[in-house]
Amino acid sequence: MVTRRDFFKITGTAAGTAAVALAGVETAQARPALDPDRMGVLCDFTFCIGCRRCEYACAGENGLPQGALESYDDKSLLEKTRRPDRQTFTVINRYPALAGQSGSLDVKVNCLHCEHPACVSACPVSALVKNARGPVTYDASRCIGCRYCMVACPFQIPAYEYNEPLTPRVMKCTLCSDRILAEGGIPACVEICPAETMVYGTRDALLKVAHDRIRNHPGRYVDHVYGEYEAGGTSWLYLCDRSFQEVDLPAVANQSPAEVTEAIQHGIFRGFTGPLMVFILTSVILKSAGKGPGQAREDKHE
Amino acid sequence: MSNRHAVPFITPGVRVLLALAAAGLAVLAIRLVWGLGAVTNLNDQYPWGLWIGIDVATGVALAAGGFTTAFVAHVLHRHKYEVLVRPALLTAALGYTFVGLGVCVDLGRYYNIWHYFVPGLPNGNSALFEVGMCVCLYLTVLYIEFLPIVCERFLGRVNLPGALRALNGLVEGVLRVLQRTLDRVMTIFIILGVVLSCAHQSSLGTLMVIAPDKLHPLWFTTILPMQFLLSAFAVGLAMAIFESILASRSLKRPLEMDVLAPLARIIPFLLTIYFGSKLIDMVNRGSYRYLDDGSPQSVAWLVEVIVGVVLPWAILLTHRLRRRPGWLFSAAAMVVLGVALNRINVFIIGYKPLYADGPYVPAIPEIVLTVGFISILVLLYRAFVFIFPVLHDEGEVHHA
Repeated sequence: MVTRRDFFKITGTAAGTAAVALAGVETAQARPALDPDRMGVLCDFTFCIGCRRCEYACAGENGLPQGALESYDDKSLLEKTRRPDRQTFTVINRYPALAGQSGSLDVKVNCLHCEHPACVSACPVSALVKNARGPVTYDASRCIGCRYCMVACPFQIPAYEYNEPLTPRVMKCTLCSDRILAEGGIPACVEICPAETMVYGTRDALLKVAHDRIRNHPGRYVDHVYGEYEAGGTSWLYLCDRSFQEVDLPAVANQSPAEVTEAIQHGIFRGFTGPLMVFILTSVILKSAGKGPGQAREDKHE
Repeated sequence: MSNRHAVPFITPGVRVLLALAAAGLAVLAIRLVWGLGAVTNLNDQYPWGLWIGIDVATGVALAAGGFTTAFVAHVLHRHKYEVLVRPALLTAALGYTFVGLGVCVDLGRYYNIWHYFVPGLPNGNSALFEVGMCVCLYLTVLYIEFLPIVCERFLGRVNLPGALRALNGLVEGVLRVLQRTLDRVMTIFIILGVVLSCAHQSSLGTLMVIAPDKLHPLWFTTILPMQFLLSAFAVGLAMAIFESILASRSLKRPLEMDVLAPLARIIPFLLTIYFGSKLIDMVNRGSYRYLDDGSPQSVAWLVEVIVGVVLPWAILLTHRLRRRPGWLFSAAAMVVLGVALNRINVFIIGYKPLYADGPYVPAIPEIVLTVGFISILVLLYRAFVFIFPVLHDEGEVHHA
């Protein structure tokens, strides 16, 4: 039989080994600081003319089915609300003019590249990464295909290649990270836009531009820069003439959903305090419940 | 197959299970060759469906009997419950094995699962990493906990065929050393099993906390991890009772009512704590507002709570009913159903994506695969019970 001393020696060693082994995982978790000059895109829906050239450029840049430029002149597609999918990383949706105003509103939808992305926090194997310069990028070679990123995304952006039997990928806008992380490049959609709907620049500068526009053009915009605070802030910033919920952008909390889950995870597992406490508590109960008169204490009821 | 039971291995019921298992494996083959899209109704709005909701989330909850019975019998030293530890341990070991298989079927790139162990890749922020890691470690612990049963089965009975007969003595010796070593260190693994179970049962609840705008307010709460853990405690014991009665009936063995009834007394207390946390949180969040809106979610919540918590709670608190096998079995089954429904509600019915065109309804092949996997699990349970000394034998008491 195991003696009392043996017991504590063995449990102690096991607990210590577990703590050391797992502490390595725990310490690797601090979120990397974001670059103060990180980039973003300001997208002013009131400028968009619905030409869909951004969709064309995006498809070409990302090797997605592109088709001829002329095929994008088909404006009937604008009438139905589309979502980005595995073959389209950005889409334009058209909303009718506000009462008493002329001209409809065209709204560009794509990954917002959160400042504190829930998808990155959710990914168990770091296939999704937030680059300090702004983009949230995806490395298919790391991915296990759990699709927890899709559950986590507060904007419901990532799409999946369900019909790929062996190498399905999570599909979403990359903010043209290959272009912008090389000096001087700008995202393909921003580059092709003929209406100057989008401005590419540092997020801080864009926020100033956005607020200046709202101040300088009273009546043109709602006083809200979508993405300034949404879900903890996003790299894409939107200006709109009406409530963003009317153009199907969700009313999400100003805190990243990952903030809460990370607090829970770290609250329980920081330094393995939680598991260690359960371990010690269970050991103590096991040892003390076994003492006393008659080693095997049976309940006498029933 | 040596038969330690009064009934044959193959029965009409077993034949049905074999057919269901074969159908499930056929779906698995289609999934492997043509992809998830060929057999599931999953889409960009509903990335998780039946396989995650039942095979994984519900599977983990219902396998909680492993650590809860071990806790009662070995940590609290209520040794009379030891007769339930082995069957529950077998259920847990098989259950978690199938949770792992279920995950792999659902993973788009299952062959990358080893990335969990590649330095630099694991993400400790991810509740899913925590769940996966703990399930993996706990599965190892469960297999180790099962080893003494293997030793007991073969010690003194090693009889290798033909030329291998020369090795009989050696194998016998190895088994003896293994048994002695396991006996010395088993306490550690029992405690580790409790720790790992608490960790991942709760983290399974953390998974959905990252989707506050998608999970219906009747279930969304930041204390979801605690509720998952509390319900796992209750369902672990209920599952041990449920399967004990089921196995006794199926194998024509006497019921173990003298341990089942007293064990069942604990369940109402655990249910009270679980349900209390649900009600307090509901009042706190004001989510009772969603109860009378007639939505499928409100109905699902009421069924989950009334059938899964209130009714069994009342039955098990009634001394007279608790001692009647029929009532006890019904109550245990209701708790099992209630917690299963809770997991299904959290992962499937309560999951309301932002831009969905309609609800997710599992495709027929998804159901066939899930039913097939459960059938294989039941068949393996039966096979193990026939081969190994899992169930309590008359006049013989197991010591783990």
